Amino acid sequence: MQLLLLALRRLALSLPTLGLILVGLFLLLQLAPGDTVDAMLAQMGGGDPALAERLRSFYGLDATVPVQLGRYLWRLVRLDLGQSAIYGKPVLDVILERLPATLLLTLSSLGLAVAGGMALGVLAARRADGWPDTLISLLGLLFYATPSFWLGLMGIVVFAVKLAWLPAGGLQEVGTGLTGAAAVLDIAWHLVLPTATLSLIFMAIYLRVMRASMLEVLGLDFVRAARAKGVTEGRVLVRHVLRNALLPVVTLVGLQGATLLGGSVVVESVFSLPGLGRLAYESVVQRDLNMLLGIVFASTLLVILVNLAVDLVYARLDPRIAG
Amino acid sequence: MRGWAARIGLVLTVLVLLMALSAGWLFPRDPLGLAGRPLQWPGDNARFWLGTDNSGRDIAAQIFHGARVSLLIGATATAIALVIGTGIGALAGYYGGWVDDVLMRVTEAFQTLPNFLLLLVLVAVFGSDIRTVTVAIGLVSWPASARLTRAEFLTLRNRDFVAGCRTLGMGDAAIMLREILPNALPPLIVYASVVMAGAILLESALAFLGLSDPNIASWGNLIGRGRGVLRTQWFVSAIPGGAILLTVLAVSLLGQGVNDALNPRLRRPRA
Repeated sequence: MQLLLLALRRLALSLPTLGLILVGLFLLLQLAPGDTVDAMLAQMGGGDPALAERLRSFYGLDATVPVQLGRYLWRLVRLDLGQSAIYGKPVLDVILERLPATLLLTLSSLGLAVAGGMALGVLAARRADGWPDTLISLLGLLFYATPSFWLGLMGIVVFAVKLAWLPAGGLQEVGTGLTGAAAVLDIAWHLVLPTATLSLIFMAIYLRVMRASMLEVLGLDFVRAARAKGVTEGRVLVRHVLRNALLPVVTLVGLQGATLLGGSVVVESVFSLPGLGRLAYESVVQRDLNMLLGIVFASTLLVILVNLAVDLVYARLDPRIAG
Repeated sequence: MRGWAARIGLVLTVLVLLMALSAGWLFPRDPLGLAGRPLQWPGDNARFWLGTDNSGRDIAAQIFHGARVSLLIGATATAIALVIGTGIGALAGYYGGWVDDVLMRVTEAFQTLPNFLLLLVLVAVFGSDIRTVTVAIGLVSWPASARLTRAEFLTLRNRDFVAGCRTLGMGDAAIMLREILPNALPPLIVYASVVMAGAILLESALAFLGLSDPNIASWGNLIGRGRGVLRTQWFVSAIPGGAILLTVLAVSLLGQGVNDALNPRLRRPRA
């Protein structure tokens, strides 16, 4: 119950942020040269000014900016994201088609980054300044400095082209008509390289933070007390240290939800995954501004939801928060 | 590993700086001009020791001139981000109250919006000219430094020396700029290396997608062009990627070194 109240309060707090983003972006897009009608006319191969006028009044683009902003926000409240000039479909439909691939990619990358970062961080902190620690810290630095799109390309060269172990791109094998478990396995197979690519930079960050917070917690009095009463080293780590050391990592996951989504733009483009990120890139190239706004709206909602989830996990890990 | 990490960072940084400075002298011709037969492997031809790309441009020349572009974009975007970030953070931390509320809402909005998406929107609206791209990267990179500055100002504004300045009749602007800011600077300088590493990565990702300025010798541009011949001539993409990696590594290591030097708590005997 308390947890639910906490969740609702956090959600209410994020509404002004969402509003600020939407209004800001709408005004920003007013500065763009050319509007949806121009994009549509370009798509049709040109048209006369009279047609452009008719289309503008049809789409309500002839109204003043405040009126358009009001209409836009009112449509968003009803989850109407408008029509895509390029796809000829409602923006919401296109986004929902593309959402699963992005969710799969980001969530699996997040999972891998947290798990790998935790494991490596714990390993490094167990004997600080020993050679495993140095090696892991070095790896972390390298991961952090590697541009993800380049890592993806090199992954394709090594694992798809030279070794032919993994597929080079796409979400599933075309034209095999796989169903059930075989289809799931096929998708998982296609996601191995993209997931590894996207997760490495975050893994580097989490392992650093995990190492630091492990070292800090290991020096606290309650750990000494647990050791003094004869708890085995493994149990001290798992039951006492890990849970407390995890808090900063959880905070970071929330803070970086947005960065993760941003990173998926590039990774989806490298591996030609049909996700939101690649849609965003295509919308920029095709100047489909309505679609771009819709994607930003959807991503912002996702980030807010991730933060909500993080808050709930945090409250579970640290009972002092929920009170 | 502390000592040598900072030293490697320094060596790498000097190396990249030297590359940037000597680019015009070693490769005086336009790095984007036709130089020879396309797609020669490194070592095939003594004139092109890093090979040529799919348009017959000298890769080594692009790498050297690219160092200029990366450092320039990185440094400028970082300066923009830090000016915005410290400005907003200083005002929010110093005045508190509704100023703080409003500014932190804005900061939060920028942090909730995926910054690469915002960058795409900015490029879509304002175009991909190199100046626009640099400013846009600065505009999406400031929120964390604003939070950092705000935290510093929050603790410093209640110190006795600030109260003393007030009693002496100093104005708010003078107190913020001349008294508090110098004290808040060390963590910001360290953080600048993180912002710069991020800025270089953002530009290269944008250029890789073909959304940055196509008329400059950017490492990201070269990786994007090499993608077309990735299966056979992978060196075209591999070489500039290595350059980005080394540069970002140099900047981060240097930042870490400065951090260790400034942070007296770390000067302890090895555990």
